[in-house]
Amino acid sequence: MSTAKIPEPDELMQIKYAPPQTAWMETPVDFRPGTWSYGAAAKNLAALDMPNPRAWQPSDADWKLPENWRQIILDGMKERLDKYRSFRLFMDICVRCGACADKCHFYIGSGDPKNMPVLRAELIRSVYRRYFTASGRCFGKLAGARDLTVDVLKEWFYYFYQCTECRRCSVFCPYGIDQAEITMIGRELLNLVGCNINWALEPAANCFRTGNHLGIQPGGIKDMLEFLADDIEDRTGVRVEVPINKKGADILFVTPSADYFADPGTYTCMGYMMLFHEIGLNYTFSTYASEGGNFGLFTSHEMIKRLNAKIYAEAKRLGVKWILGGECGHMWRVIHQYMDTMNGPADFLEEPVSPITGTRFENAKSTKMVHITEFTADLIKNGKLKLDPSRNDHVRLTFHDSCNPARAMGLFEEPRYIIQKTCDHFYEMAEDTIREKTFCCGAGAGLGNDENLEMRMRGGMPRAMAVREVVKKHGVNRLGCICAIDRATLTTLMDYWVPGVSVMGVHELVGNALVMKSEKERSTDLRGEKIGGS
Amino acid sequence: MPMRNLGLAFVAVLLLALPAAAAAAADMTALLVVLPYGVFVLFLGGFVYRVVRWAKAPVPFRIPTTCGQEKSLPWIHNNPVENPAGPLGAIGRMAGEVFLFRSLFRNSQTEIVDGRPVYGSAKWLWFFGLMFHVSLLIAALRHLRFFTEPVVPLATGLSALDGFLEIGVPALYISDVTLLAGLVFLFLRRVVLPQVRYISLFSDYFALLLIATIAATGLLMRHFFPVDLNAVKTLAMGWVSFAPSAPADASILFYLHLCFVFVLIAWLPWSKLSHMAGIFLSPTRNQINNSRSRRHVNPWNAPVKVHTYAEYEDEFRDKMKAAGLPVEKE
Repeated sequence: MSTAKIPEPDELMQIKYAPPQTAWMETPVDFRPGTWSYGAAAKNLAALDMPNPRAWQPSDADWKLPENWRQIILDGMKERLDKYRSFRLFMDICVRCGACADKCHFYIGSGDPKNMPVLRAELIRSVYRRYFTASGRCFGKLAGARDLTVDVLKEWFYYFYQCTECRRCSVFCPYGIDQAEITMIGRELLNLVGCNINWALEPAANCFRTGNHLGIQPGGIKDMLEFLADDIEDRTGVRVEVPINKKGADILFVTPSADYFADPGTYTCMGYMMLFHEIGLNYTFSTYASEGGNFGLFTSHEMIKRLNAKIYAEAKRLGVKWILGGECGHMWRVIHQYMDTMNGPADFLEEPVSPITGTRFENAKSTKMVHITEFTADLIKNGKLKLDPSRNDHVRLTFHDSCNPARAMGLFEEPRYIIQKTCDHFYEMAEDTIREKTFCCGAGAGLGNDENLEMRMRGGMPRAMAVREVVKKHGVNRLGCICAIDRATLTTLMDYWVPGVSVMGVHELVGNALVMKSEKERSTDLRGEKIGGS
Repeated sequence: MPMRNLGLAFVAVLLLALPAAAAAAADMTALLVVLPYGVFVLFLGGFVYRVVRWAKAPVPFRIPTTCGQEKSLPWIHNNPVENPAGPLGAIGRMAGEVFLFRSLFRNSQTEIVDGRPVYGSAKWLWFFGLMFHVSLLIAALRHLRFFTEPVVPLATGLSALDGFLEIGVPALYISDVTLLAGLVFLFLRRVVLPQVRYISLFSDYFALLLIATIAATGLLMRHFFPVDLNAVKTLAMGWVSFAPSAPADASILFYLHLCFVFVLIAWLPWSKLSHMAGIFLSPTRNQINNSRSRRHVNPWNAPVKVHTYAEYEDEFRDKMKAAGLPVEKE
């Protein structure tokens, strides 16, 4: 599928950090194959009523921009400077100390100076200075200002779609300047003139119409979940129920659709279903709100809201008490930091209380949505699950903190607690690469497509190398995570950099270890691989 | 080519010396009577303008960058400062940033060693950065002795403490040495490290050179070419009592010092140096991470076009029925 030839790992590792001879404003962007994503197809823009649908590719000389594109962008900038304190502040206060520079996985993996967060921000800051500050208007380049030209726009496109909005730079910035915020605004501006990527827009269009990013229709969802129930029965001898669109359920369960449509997410999904069956949870899946992942986050705040609205709407229609959310990174950025503000207040729901343990989830009392690892950790802590960690003895695990639960939430201990109770062979990666300092998979924020493969492998390199170290030291063979994009993209990343390591969700561990009532003796794990032998 | 910004900054600082020299030579000292007020207005007005601009822009979403465990289940130990669950935590986090440069303390340096990236400790930027800022603050506060009568205890205390080593007469201030050391480090870092040089703008060099020139002229006056401190104090007290009078005679060094100080103060709020106010408003640092327990309100939250369940069911009703899924309308 890939159009670009990917260099071998050894070759890719020859990274030069010396900046080019030409100053950055005089260094034009090079759309090298393998390092950018295809433009969005017209049908997807049309489906979402977005501007300037047309046939185009970023490698074209003519991007078929609207005639007044510059004015559209500048008006859009002005509007956003007035609407977001973050944007205005982050345009003004950077001192270019460079502390963020070598914290970005794309910079570490590519050596391209425009991947230093500070310079990625300067791409737009220079335009801000030129049109919105007196010094920039008067002194131009001397004040770090430059005209907004088509070349500048192309540069924005290339580098704002070479940022995964992972927020690692913002951990290290002495003022907390968050490149994710700047990238999000930058992408919003690009979207105003129809410059966007298909890998972000097609999923968004699918989510809008069918409820999930793969565009699966209601029957397909049911078939797939039944298929997973068959697999569970095959492995455990227990038939679990598949409640869908069920009115009268206590809890609406929303998870990324990749969990029920693509390996290895499916094993995680089987883990959820087994858990819910075992504790007798009265819950339901929804076909209308069948996607947890929010692909609007990769396009605009407005698109986040349009897609996210379905979750509360469906919870209201089905009359559930509260909402439980599966393992997903960007989904939880949206649920934790945006959902209540955008589509709340959810006053038609109840404050979440675990029906099994009676625990009140005080931290989710307004949004009314609980993370599955919070829910499961509470079950285990209260002794409600019978677990046999030896069934995961063939797994030697390390854990990848997904960017958004880490840096936009602070969800570190819950997954680790579950891991410790379900797996006896757990090894942490180096401290600089986990928790709030975790490295991105290199393919989030819509960049996990095949045409962008080289850049993904470069961006994911710091993560992969940290895994390689625990493979060498502890014989790790499995990479755990709580993110659907991770489960898809880390698999490719491991195959490239650290062959032999496969990827799993935390609830796959739970599914393996969970001792179910009336189950048969298990000889295999959820993947059908023999237990015990490694 | 990337060094052009540095060269231009040198030229700019040199050019700024000209008006000072001219003032001293051509006896335009009367300027000293009005100019400080203009500078003060630019400084205060600039900061008010800046802060109001920032503050007027709303904070539509609750977006703290979380650097520790959130408050969730009661038995899970949370990090109240790096991931504040309440106002006290957020204040603590901000205090850490403002007084201790907490985030900069995390700084590391990435290098490729044996075919993989390693992240070495790199606290130098934090150390010299903090030293520079604290020294500059102390040096500025020491100058209060020219503007207060009787001299405020803060200024006398600081001066005594700062000069406790009693090297030379007058005593060498420690903060002057550390200020210069900080400046030299920040400057060399900017010039020597290729990545930092690549991102540096004219104003980045200009700020450092300007402050360095102020420090240098100040030190020269204190230790090598003494000025009439009584005359300086009379001038300064004249400004604060709104009865300014031009000094009869002052050295060129003093004019240079004053001229650069005026430029710095007037330029400060309009430049990147406004980070000293901006940091307090940074949403990723000053917000509490409680967006799931307390609803954050966006003042411009407007309705958007959504795809309703009814529209969804209208499209897929037959397929839903065929799959045995419940529908709202038969």
